[in-house]
Amino acid sequence: MSGKVAISLAVNGETIEALVAPRTTLADFLRQDIQLTGTHTGCEMGVCGACLVLLDDRPVHACLMFAVQADGCAVETIEGLTHRRAIDDLQKEFHERNALQCGFCTPGMLVSAYGILASGDEPDRDGIRDALSGNYCRCTGYESIVDAIETTARQRRQHMEEEKA
Amino acid sequence: MNAFAGSIDRPNSYIGRSVSRPNAKRLLEGRGRYVTDLVLPRMLHAAFVRSPYAHGKIVSIDIEEAKALSGVRAVFTGEDLASICAPWTGTLEHFSNMKSPPQVPLPLGKVTWSGQPVVLIVADSRAIAEDAAELVIVDIEELPALADPVEAMSAAAMSQELADNICFATKLDSGGVEEAFDAADTTVEQSFVFGRHTAVTLEPRAIVADYDPSENRLTAHHATQTPYQFQDVYSRHYGIPEANVRVIAPDIGGSFGMKLHVYHEEMAVVGASIRLGRPIKYVADRMESFVSDIHARDHRITGRLALDRDGRITAMDVDDLTAIGAFSSYPRTSAVEGNQVIRLMGAPYDFSSYRANLSVVFQNKVQTSQYRAVGHPIACAVTECLVDAAARELGLDPFEIRERNLIPDSSYPRTSPTGYQFEKLSHQVCLARLKSIMNYDALRAEQADQRQKGILRGIGIALFVEITNPSPAFYGVGGARISAQDGAILKLTPSGEVHCSISVTEQGQGTETIIGQIVADQLGIDREKVRVMTGDTDTTPHGGATWACRGAGIGGETALQAARKLKANLLAVAGLILQAQPGELDIRADWIVEAVTGQQRVRLSEVARIAFFRSDTLPPETQAQLSVVHHYAPQGYPFAFTNGAQGCLVEVDAETGFVKILKHWVVEDCGRIINPLLVDEQVRGGVVQGLGAAFFEECLYNEEGQLTNGSLADYLVPMACEMPDIEISHVETPTRDTELGAKGCGEAGTAAASAAAMNAVNDALVGHGAVLTQIPMTPTRILRALGTI
Repeated sequence: MSGKVAISLAVNGETIEALVAPRTTLADFLRQDIQLTGTHTGCEMGVCGACLVLLDDRPVHACLMFAVQADGCAVETIEGLTHRRAIDDLQKEFHERNALQCGFCTPGMLVSAYGILASGDEPDRDGIRDALSGNYCRCTGYESIVDAIETTARQRRQHMEEEKA
Repeated sequence: MNAFAGSIDRPNSYIGRSVSRPNAKRLLEGRGRYVTDLVLPRMLHAAFVRSPYAHGKIVSIDIEEAKALSGVRAVFTGEDLASICAPWTGTLEHFSNMKSPPQVPLPLGKVTWSGQPVVLIVADSRAIAEDAAELVIVDIEELPALADPVEAMSAAAMSQELADNICFATKLDSGGVEEAFDAADTTVEQSFVFGRHTAVTLEPRAIVADYDPSENRLTAHHATQTPYQFQDVYSRHYGIPEANVRVIAPDIGGSFGMKLHVYHEEMAVVGASIRLGRPIKYVADRMESFVSDIHARDHRITGRLALDRDGRITAMDVDDLTAIGAFSSYPRTSAVEGNQVIRLMGAPYDFSSYRANLSVVFQNKVQTSQYRAVGHPIACAVTECLVDAAARELGLDPFEIRERNLIPDSSYPRTSPTGYQFEKLSHQVCLARLKSIMNYDALRAEQADQRQKGILRGIGIALFVEITNPSPAFYGVGGARISAQDGAILKLTPSGEVHCSISVTEQGQGTETIIGQIVADQLGIDREKVRVMTGDTDTTPHGGATWACRGAGIGGETALQAARKLKANLLAVAGLILQAQPGELDIRADWIVEAVTGQQRVRLSEVARIAFFRSDTLPPETQAQLSVVHHYAPQGYPFAFTNGAQGCLVEVDAETGFVKILKHWVVEDCGRIINPLLVDEQVRGGVVQGLGAAFFEECLYNEEGQLTNGSLADYLVPMACEMPDIEISHVETPTRDTELGAKGCGEAGTAAASAAAMNAVNDALVGHGAVLTQIPMTPTRILRALGTI
C-alpha cells in the first residue's frame, strides 16, 4: 500500500515512535501494532463505544480516527488507566456489583465512566444513563453499570468532603 | 434427593451467596484474551467476497487479479473446499419428515441469500484481504428471491434438492378444541407478527484455525459456547480423528446462542488452514455479522382462546408460520424455535384442549436458529396478549383472569396439553409476589390520575414457563452429536488447593464462579483455593457445555458430585494419617476436622503433602486417589421447567408514538439459587434483550430479500438511556431430580419481557381503539394502530 508515515505519540505515558499506513485506525494501531488489546472494536463506526480511549484526557472513539491523527497526542487506554490506578474505585465497584458479564464493552464503559466522573460532579441515575448512551452492552441490561458509577461518584464526593473536613 | 447441606452459616458455605466473579478482574483491566486478540506465528487473515443477491446462479468467478495482489497468499472458491469437506444437513430425526438442502463451506453454482460468502481470500493482513476481495469479479445471474413466508408455502421449490419450501411441519391436537370453541361463552382471536432480530454480541464471531499437517492436528481457537460440538463437527466433516482436533474457547464477548451454530465462514477458514498448513484468523466485522450471524424469531401466528362464562380458559388453537432462511442450521436445526413456540403456548394455564399447527418454511434470507430464550418470547407473548384480550372482553383485571386460570401450585406433577412434564411450578406464588412488588393497586390509581391529565400510562404483566436442564430428549434423540451430560476433573494440588476443569463454558454469566462456589462448598475449602478452567477440549472432559440453561443445573450437579467424590478420597487418606474412621472426619475451612466436634486435626495441605511426597509413610498398599473424574447426565424429568412473572410500566406518547419504559419487575423461580447476584444480572440482561425485541430490534428486508438496516447505526439495540431499572424477586422451588436442586435462569428475563411490554402498551392505549400485535412496537406502528398515520 501507499507509503507509511512516521508518527510519535505518548501511549499510556510511554513515547511510541512508529511507521503506520495512513489508513490504519487508532484502534487497529493500538490493538495490532502495539498489542494493547484491551481496546476493543465492536462496530467500527463510532456507535458501540467498545473502542473508547482517552486522547489528551478526553474519551474518543479509536475506531473513528486514524493513527496518524494521534501524532503528537497523549493516548491512554484501559491498560494505562489501570496501571496508574486512576480507576481503582470504578473497577472495584464494577467487580463487586457485577457490572460486566462478557467484558467486551467494559474497557469502553470504564473510559466513559472516567469521563463522566472527571468533572467532579455527581450525576444522578438519569444523567449517568444519558452519558452512557454511546456505550452498547448486550449482557447486563445496564442497571448494574449505572449502580457502579453512581456508587463511585458518591464515594468520591464523600472522600472529597472528608478531605476538606 | 435434595439431601442438601444448606446451612449458610458454616464455613465455606458458598451455595446461595452473592459472591463476585474472580475471573471478571482481568476483564476490568483490559487483560481479557478473546479470539479477536489472538496472534499466532505465520498467521494469515481471511476476508470474504459475498453475494450481493438473495438468489442467483453463479455464472463465473474471476479471481486472477485478486490472487496477483501483493500479500495475498491464497484464494478459495466453492470446489476448493467442498472437495475436502463432507457436506452437512440441518435436520433432526425426531422431527419427522424434516428436510433441508446439504451445505458446503462456499457455494457451488448457486447463492441463496444476500451476504452469503462466495470467495475466501487469505492474505498477510485483513486490510490486504479486503483489498483483494474488491478485485474479485463474481458474475451472478439473479433469480427471483423468495422473501415472503406466506408465498414460500406455495411457491416452487427454491432448492433443486427439495420438492417444496417446507422445511418442517407438525400438528399437535389434544382433542376437544372444536367442541370447546363451539361451547365457549367468549372467544378471542388475534394475529401476531414477530420480526426477525439478531444477537448483536459485542464481540463478533471469531476463529483462528491452526492446522498442523505434521501431526494431522487441528487447533481451533473459536469464540463459541460449545467447543465439544465443534470438535466433533471439524473432525467428522474434515476427516481428522476427533482426538486430533482441539477447540479452545477463551474469553468470549457474548454469545446468547448465536455462537453455537455452524457457519460457512468458520468451516471455510478451517478448510483453508488445512489446505495451507498455516493459522488463519477470521473475525466478522459488524456489517458481516448482520448478514451472516443467525437471525431469530420471524413468526406469523394466529391464536385463539375459548373461555367459559367464569373467564376460565377451555381451549387454545394456534397456527405458527415461521421462516428460517435458505436452509436449516446445523447441527441444532432451525425448527427448534417453532417446535418450542407451539409447545410452550398456554403453559401456565389449566386447560386441556389444545391444537397447534406449525409450518417452518425456507426463504432467501440468512438462516435463523436458536438465540436466547428460543421460542419462549413468542409463545409467551401470544398467550399473554390473548389472555389480556380476553380480560378486556370480560371486564376482568389482568391479575384476576390469571388467578382464575393458573395451574394450582398444589397440583403438580402435571403434563401440559402439549406434552411437557412439569415437576413443580409456582405460578400462584409468583403472581401474588408480582402484584405485591409492583404495588399494583397504587400503580392503577396513579395510572387513573395520570389519565386525567392526558398522560397514557400502561401496566402489563406476563407469566412464563422456561425450559432448562435439557436431557438427551432435546438433541440426542434426534441423532445430533450434542451431549446432554457434563464431566469434571478435580485435582488436588500438593499445596492443598483444588483445580477443577469442567465441560460447561463461560461467556460472562459466571459459570466458573458458580462451579468454584459449589466445589469449595462441598469440599469445605476456601473459594480462593479452587481454580476453575473451562473451554478447552484438550484439558476438560467432553460435555454439553453451556446453552439452554444447563450450566448451573447440569454443570453444577456435575461439580457437586465430583467434589463429594474427591472429598471421600481425601478423608480416606486423612483417616489413614490420623488413624481415624473417614466417616468421623470432615473438611472445614481447609482443615480435616472431627465431624461431630469440629476439632481441627490436620491441615488439608498437610494431607496433600504427605500423600504426594511421603507416600512411604502411609500404610502399605495405600494408593491415594487425589484426582477424580466424574460425569453426570440428567435423570428423571426430560427438562427442568421453571416459571415466573413479569410486570412492565410504560408511558406512551400518543402524538409521537414514542414509549418510555418506566419500570420493569420480575419474579422468578429457578430452583436452588447458587449465586443471587449472578442470577439477578442474568435476569436483568435477559429482560433488556426482550425489551429490545419489543421496541427496537428488527432485521428489515425489502422484497428482493436485501437486508436494509444491516449496521449498528441502522439496527437499533437497547441503550442505557432507554432502559428502566428492573426490580427482581425470587421464589425457590428446587428440582428434586438433583442433589443441588438448581434449574436455569438465563432465558427467564427474555421469555416474558416483550409480552409484558406489549400488554403494557395495549393497556395504555385502551380506549383509543388501538391494539398492537406486532413487535417491535415502533413509533410508526403505534401511530398506525392509533390511526394517526
